Amino acid sequence: MSALSVEGLRVRFGSVEVLKSVDLAIESGEFIVLVGPSGCGKSTLLNVIAGLEQATEGRIEIGGREVTGVPPKDRDIAMVFQTYALYPAMTVRGNITFGMECRGVAKAEQQAAVARVAKLLQIEHLLDRRPAQLSGGQRQRVAMGRALVRDPVLFLFDEPLSNLDAKLRVEMRMEIKRLHQRIGTTMVYVTHDQVEAMTLATRIAVMNGGHIQQFADPQTIYDEPANLFVARFMGSPPMNALPAKLVASGSEIAAMVGPDAATAVPLPNATAAMKGWVGREVVLGIRPECITLPDGKQDTRPGPSLPATVEMIEPTGAETMALIRVGQSEVMARMRPDARPAVGSTASFAIDTAKACLFDPKTESRIA
Amino acid sequence: MSETAITMPGQARPARPVPRRSWLSEIPDLLTRIVAGVIATAAVGYVVGFTLWTVLISFTDSTLLPEYNFVGFKHYWQLLNSRIWQVAYLNLTIYGLGFILGATGVGLLLAILIDQKIRGENVLRTIYLYPMALSFVVTGTVWAWLLNPTIGVEQFVRGLGWTQFKFGWLVDRDLAIYCVVIAAIWQASGFAMALFLAGLRSLDGDLYKAAAIDGASPARMYLRIMVPAIWPIVVSVLVILLQTAIKTYDLVRALTAGGPGIATTLPTNVVYDYMFQRGLMGAGSAAAVMLLLSLLIVLLPYAIFQRLRRGKGGGHG
Repeated sequence: MSALSVEGLRVRFGSVEVLKSVDLAIESGEFIVLVGPSGCGKSTLLNVIAGLEQATEGRIEIGGREVTGVPPKDRDIAMVFQTYALYPAMTVRGNITFGMECRGVAKAEQQAAVARVAKLLQIEHLLDRRPAQLSGGQRQRVAMGRALVRDPVLFLFDEPLSNLDAKLRVEMRMEIKRLHQRIGTTMVYVTHDQVEAMTLATRIAVMNGGHIQQFADPQTIYDEPANLFVARFMGSPPMNALPAKLVASGSEIAAMVGPDAATAVPLPNATAAMKGWVGREVVLGIRPECITLPDGKQDTRPGPSLPATVEMIEPTGAETMALIRVGQSEVMARMRPDARPAVGSTASFAIDTAKACLFDPKTESRIA
Repeated sequence: MSETAITMPGQARPARPVPRRSWLSEIPDLLTRIVAGVIATAAVGYVVGFTLWTVLISFTDSTLLPEYNFVGFKHYWQLLNSRIWQVAYLNLTIYGLGFILGATGVGLLLAILIDQKIRGENVLRTIYLYPMALSFVVTGTVWAWLLNPTIGVEQFVRGLGWTQFKFGWLVDRDLAIYCVVIAAIWQASGFAMALFLAGLRSLDGDLYKAAAIDGASPARMYLRIMVPAIWPIVVSVLVILLQTAIKTYDLVRALTAGGPGIATTLPTNVVYDYMFQRGLMGAGSAAAVMLLLSLLIVLLPYAIFQRLRRGKGGGHG
């Protein structure tokens, strides 16, 4: 069953077009993450789905029912906000029951629903407190309780974790994922944090400039980004993008990232699409984890290597990142934790090109 | 790299005078204390000193000038049994309740209406706030004209053709006090609006969205969520209006001069009357002290309530 479908949605505020023809089709039970930089329109899209803002054009269906023009309370949705938006003068119990009170649900039924949700989120001992007496994580839980108690077709989350500190954010992230696995309701989740997107989503919609750039499962987004924007936005550190020239030597195709043949990176998985670009300028996209210093111990196939100057290293404990210079470009490489190449030295870096991507430098979309 | 910039240990540093606390450096410190001391002494002296002195005088038989022949509670009993004092207190009750509730209600309504993202908000806000800039004397004079049956609203409506129209509250013994209430509400509701509006604006915008998704009607949303959320501001407005109500003097002077007869007299007018018109300083002081006591009776519970609330800790609203 389709839980949410958005067709040809446009939103214009005066002369500013915030959403430019957005289409989304979401199956029941999915966890969709809308991710993108500030001002990309992701929050506007969520608000329009909720009915809090009006679309200029287009139609929205929730649970197979057309809801364009239907007020938020009748859309069978629940929403969790970035600032929690708990009613400050009410107790936790009051916050959770307020929606039912507005809909005229019987008192006994309200109490039963509160008890069920409080047990699920382990907030039973907080029910008689006011929001001001709760910690950030507890408020977040209460906000989720207020949404859960509705038992809606669709959950909407508007950056729910961005007001929490880093440690709590990771905990709550896992809890939201566990909650989704447990109740199985469709969720649409807005964030600007690509790690949250990768870890939570069954499918990710990467947005920029009012468009959905790519809508796919996390692995596809990561391995086969539709364009340079997606490649650079997803992943931390982002995918390296090197201007290169595609050359053919025999049956092999290689991307020359520097002035001479020593800087040619062979691409073994050449496709027909690639062959059409031989002799032309392209952008070579390689993830940092595909560039490393061979340490001799690992069972590394004798792959291509590239001489590069080490400009800076960043040990993080679990790994060591290096900023290296290849030709005219600066590139991030991910090395084993104890690798300590001298800054300023030249080393030969191993490159795994199995997952390398090529982009059209003009349109920025992926060739192969 | 130049090494001369770094001072090595043992090397002579450029000579700098060691700072020693001289009497000169103490001057700013001393000055602060003197200034603050003078102000504090003056404040305590004027407020506490003269209050105590007024209490003292209220027990004497002073007339035009203070005398110290004590007569006990004589003035208090006489006042409590006098008709003018009873009328004044009844008026204060009507006026106080009408003015405080009226100004709060109108102010809240205006604040909510302006909060609906309307155009020309700044202009409207300024217009509503303007009466606050006027003195009560001006308000009283203007409303005296407006409510005067021979030149004001009554005359205007009659001019429109309804020749039997009557609006004579100002000259009606029983209704004149409500004219004072109306004028006072007109003056103060803009102030209440400004505070409420600031409070509503300080609320998180997501609250409105959450209420919309919960399906709250506008009335329910404001009464159950927004107003309780700005409850501390509501209480502040009530307290400020309360003390304004109790000390109101000039409005009555300008609007009705206490009349018709003594129908709109407030306790402050009685105090002034005894003190400066009739030259009965003892009785006037007694009236002033009773006014102070009535203010304390209202404000003390509030202060205790605030203390208890703070004691509970972390409470909001």
